Amino acid sequence: MAERSFVKEVQKLRLGAGETFHGEGILAITKALLQCGVGYVGGYQGAPISHLMDVLADAQDILGELGVHFEASASEATATAMLAASVHYPIRGACTFKSAVGLNVASDALANLASGGVTGGALIIVGEDYGEGSSIMQERSHPFAMKSQVWLLDPRPNLPSIVKAVEDGFELSEVSNTPVMLMVRIRSCHVTGSFETKDNKRPEMTVADALENPRRDTNRIVLPPASFLHEKEKVEKRMPAAVDFIRSRRINEFFGPDRGKAGIILQGGMYNSVIRALQRIGLADLYGETDVPLYVLNAVYPLIDNEVIEFCEDKDSVLIVEEGQPNYLEQAIASMMHKKGVDTRILGKDILPMAGEYTGQVMLDGISAYLRANAPELLAAQVLAPNAPGENTLAADLAKVVPGRPPGFCTGCPERPIFAATKLIEQEMGPHHISSDIGCHLFSIMPPFELGATTMGYGLGPASASAFNSPDAKRRSISFVGDGGFWHNGLTSSIGNAVFNENDGVIVVVDNFYSAATGGQDILSSRANNPTKSTKHPITDAVKGMGVKWIRHIDRTYDVTKVRAALREALTTEEKGPKVIVASSECMLNRQRREKPMTAKAISGGKRVVKPRFGVDEDVCTGDHACMRLSGCPSLSVKKLDDPLRDDPVASIDHTCVGCGNCGEVADAAVLCPSFYRADVVHNPGWWDRFSNRVRGKVTGFLQTRREKRRLTFADA
Amino acid sequence: MAKRMKAKQDQKIIKLAILAVGGQGGGVLTNWITDVAERNGYLAQATSVAGVAQRTGATIYYVEMCPDTGRRPVFSLAPAQGDIDILIAAELMEAGRAVMRGFVTPDRTTLIASAHRIAAVSEKIEPGDGRADSPTVHRNAREAASRYVCFDMEKVAVEAGSVISSSLFGALAGSGALPFPRESYEKTIEASGRGVKASLAAFGKAFDLTVSGERVEEARPDAIPALKQIAVDGPQRLVARWNALAARAEAYPAPMRAMALAGLRKVVDYQDLAYGKEYLDRLDEALALDSAEKSYALGEAAAKHVANAMCYDDILRVADLKTRTTRAERIRKEMKVGKANVLQVTEFFHPRVEEFCGTLPAGLGRFIENRPGLARWVDRRINRGRRIRTDSLFGFGALWLIGTLRPWRRSLLRHQVEKAHLERWYGLALNTTKRDYALGVEILNCRRLIKGYSDTHVRAHSKFDRVLSGLPLLEGRDDAADWLRRLREAALKDEKGEMLDGALKTVETLEAA
Repeated sequence: MAERSFVKEVQKLRLGAGETFHGEGILAITKALLQCGVGYVGGYQGAPISHLMDVLADAQDILGELGVHFEASASEATATAMLAASVHYPIRGACTFKSAVGLNVASDALANLASGGVTGGALIIVGEDYGEGSSIMQERSHPFAMKSQVWLLDPRPNLPSIVKAVEDGFELSEVSNTPVMLMVRIRSCHVTGSFETKDNKRPEMTVADALENPRRDTNRIVLPPASFLHEKEKVEKRMPAAVDFIRSRRINEFFGPDRGKAGIILQGGMYNSVIRALQRIGLADLYGETDVPLYVLNAVYPLIDNEVIEFCEDKDSVLIVEEGQPNYLEQAIASMMHKKGVDTRILGKDILPMAGEYTGQVMLDGISAYLRANAPELLAAQVLAPNAPGENTLAADLAKVVPGRPPGFCTGCPERPIFAATKLIEQEMGPHHISSDIGCHLFSIMPPFELGATTMGYGLGPASASAFNSPDAKRRSISFVGDGGFWHNGLTSSIGNAVFNENDGVIVVVDNFYSAATGGQDILSSRANNPTKSTKHPITDAVKGMGVKWIRHIDRTYDVTKVRAALREALTTEEKGPKVIVASSECMLNRQRREKPMTAKAISGGKRVVKPRFGVDEDVCTGDHACMRLSGCPSLSVKKLDDPLRDDPVASIDHTCVGCGNCGEVADAAVLCPSFYRADVVHNPGWWDRFSNRVRGKVTGFLQTRREKRRLTFADA
Repeated sequence: MAKRMKAKQDQKIIKLAILAVGGQGGGVLTNWITDVAERNGYLAQATSVAGVAQRTGATIYYVEMCPDTGRRPVFSLAPAQGDIDILIAAELMEAGRAVMRGFVTPDRTTLIASAHRIAAVSEKIEPGDGRADSPTVHRNAREAASRYVCFDMEKVAVEAGSVISSSLFGALAGSGALPFPRESYEKTIEASGRGVKASLAAFGKAFDLTVSGERVEEARPDAIPALKQIAVDGPQRLVARWNALAARAEAYPAPMRAMALAGLRKVVDYQDLAYGKEYLDRLDEALALDSAEKSYALGEAAAKHVANAMCYDDILRVADLKTRTTRAERIRKEMKVGKANVLQVTEFFHPRVEEFCGTLPAGLGRFIENRPGLARWVDRRINRGRRIRTDSLFGFGALWLIGTLRPWRRSLLRHQVEKAHLERWYGLALNTTKRDYALGVEILNCRRLIKGYSDTHVRAHSKFDRVLSGLPLLEGRDDAADWLRRLREAALKDEKGEMLDGALKTVETLEAA
């Protein structure tokens, strides 16, 4: 069960011709796929296209009705390899994943797919995780398109344009026998808007039809001599066909006056930000009517030389707005000018920053600077000589006060106690080399845990510790991998590799029953009943199957003492080979989502329910915050007491506590302090609860009164 | 071009950004805002950045809107500096972040911020007080914004049984920053279909607070504590003796009076009236060295820290506090335990041989501690986590019995250790005062370093000792007190005392210079 349910929204996928769709970008993409008669879809979740996978998973009924096959792929490589179904068969297929990481994983499959080429339209929807809020290395997807010679669409970020790009993409793929990448940036995935829908189309050929009538063509398989022919075919046939299609179908758009001294060439995805900058300097109106000529590249690869040259020819200079580096568009366009002997100055990264997101301010500054230097007559006096914007003087004052707020473990997260235990074992045995992996567990590198030295890629945590295997060292490495990364490729690249190379390190598999960081999708080891997927395959069995001899399974990560003991044993045992600890507890976000409504229903239905929550005795707490240095839980915070004798704030647990148990376990394992207590509230208590409670109350009440009667008791008047 | 400029002014896009902490429900609020815009004949576009930012990190939602004229406007997908009309901060530091990032400008931005705090991890992990300074944010926010609406919207929401999106929505409606009538906001909430009644209540309260312009910002944290009336109950004889002691404390000069009374209450509550007398006798020693022109800083510091030192945290105290009637009542209230519910309370103890010996008569405790083999043997039998149900007869009884040891506390090992330490420290402070008044006060203040249980307590003691180890180098300097204060503050910055080590190094070079 995914974090967000689209069960209600997917009904919009049934909209027919002439109706209007309102909603988010990703849902619009799904609708567009169905309108295009897609035959199969697959993908691997990850921001910003996690929700696209969730939408597809929730839309399986609708997909089924249309005969569309859907698959949650094991990895981005799997998803791309799946497009092989379009190689020999005229079936439209699509896959989706986040990029640039997804393309890194998929590039082997992509290269092979691109070499042989496709018969049916093949679309790869890459969600570009770049700029603010991104969780990955900052790279571009663009060079993958260039090196594999596949076409890259980067449509303007509004729903009609994105939907059109899906339609164009399939056609482009078919006319040029080449897979097409459709890039959607993080905000366009979540942008809301509307477009006019068409009827969904059943695929002309389904995967079932293909299975019944197999085809093959040796010329499409990547093996010499065919592979040499493919390379030629790419430049001689496929590229010209693509260029022709893009030009004749006017995929790229021109806005503003026909002629001018200055103009801007931009990636489609940058369009709204460019218009906003022009709006702010008075050169465009609300609806995008602009005084500056714009050439918008909805297809960023390949470029249409004639269009580019025609746009540039009459201008003194042209600014290229291209986010990220290197500046492939700028280089290509400058080279075109040079070859054609056009003397238009091509500007880009000399005015706009080389690296980093093109935010509103960057765009405003860059475009203003460009126009001030190259077309001052367009600008109003105020823009020509603006009042010095001045430093944000308040920022300096606030920078000393406002704390950073990086993402961290959620309230009740089962991964927190694993890292509390790791921190305790480090206090006991000294620091170790720790390799981290991708997933929520990577938050361990942040305070309060500050554990982990590297992260090399999804499922590669233990692999990135593989060099640290030496008989000369007394210390072992520790590495982490999540269940998501484990099934993505960790089983072979990390576990298998460690077994084969007799790595002596400790591997902790953080198993929270879902691909949790991407939104709680099910995976092989999920314990949920999934109607369309095979789940409940234990990680321990897989590890055993790989040949690991030393395995410990902890089925309740909150038992900090037990996790620490397992780590201690793993770090000291005489046993050779990798020591694998599988630490399992359900992702709390998903667990709450599952259990909360059930609990509420049970309580209102009169059933006996025990609800745990933690508390702190503030008179017992001394305000040292040692507990928080082993937790970082959002519900465990500091509170200033109204007591003049106390200088420092004490620990306090708020109503968002889910009673996971970490506080008590940590207080116990780290021998902290006796100020934590767990309050179990019994709703709808049975007769025994009530009876024993009454008896206890009588006795304890008697003892309390007896003592309190003989001493002074204080209260604030 | 002139035409374009004019067109720009006629048709204005309203730009609204929401800065929240992941998990606060910024998405719900965003949906409500687009809904209310569309209800009023506006076109609206919302964007957000989901992904890991949602996991408790700072997140931004962004909405643009303009009247629907039938043509499709070009909206931006991200907020830009100096180009925001309304900024909603769902937490105070996020308001500060918004100002820092340039999203709040005096020419146009209405800043709607909840005054409540969600402490960031960096604020919580300091051994001292790491909380960010809210007044600085208020001051800057007021200066940066065209209008600043700020009160505790979390409290308003929780009191109404709702979540903060409702009260933020109410404040937005109340601010009048959007040209929409109140009813349309309420219709939006009604249409959302979940928890409507509570949401409307929170919405209404926040709306009213915003309209009335009442500014409910937090009180200054460093305000001088008011003299509290203490109600005391108990046997006549004891009350009379208490009144006599309290009268003694009330006779102290004003600056130390409130602290002395609070301290007296604490030590009497901790042990007995004789202990209270002991406390006041100690304060008298400080008072003898003090004077009005020093504002009785020494007396006040002594009143605070001697009380804390005398009320060291031992098992007896914990057992006593956990078996009081008031405690059970407090838990029931905090956990919102209804009459029909049954409450079960589990305590987490982890005693070690040190605690065990501390609770033995001094001679016996020392006997064990001096024999490492024996101590280890005892430790093996004791040292493990113990969960005690204080709602059960056995668990409660055990703690209650430990509580009965109170009259004998003075004869226990721990008391002897603590008393010796207190006398050493207090003597040092008072002696130093005679030479350097300010330095004496700072030595008293160093008591703040001692806190925690078991290992944490040991670590705290070591920090205390390390800070005071700087004394010989400092004595005789004019700025000795300042330096000692700096050392103490450094010691409270991190767990291991790395800042303190650095500060001590600096002190060493001072000497050399």
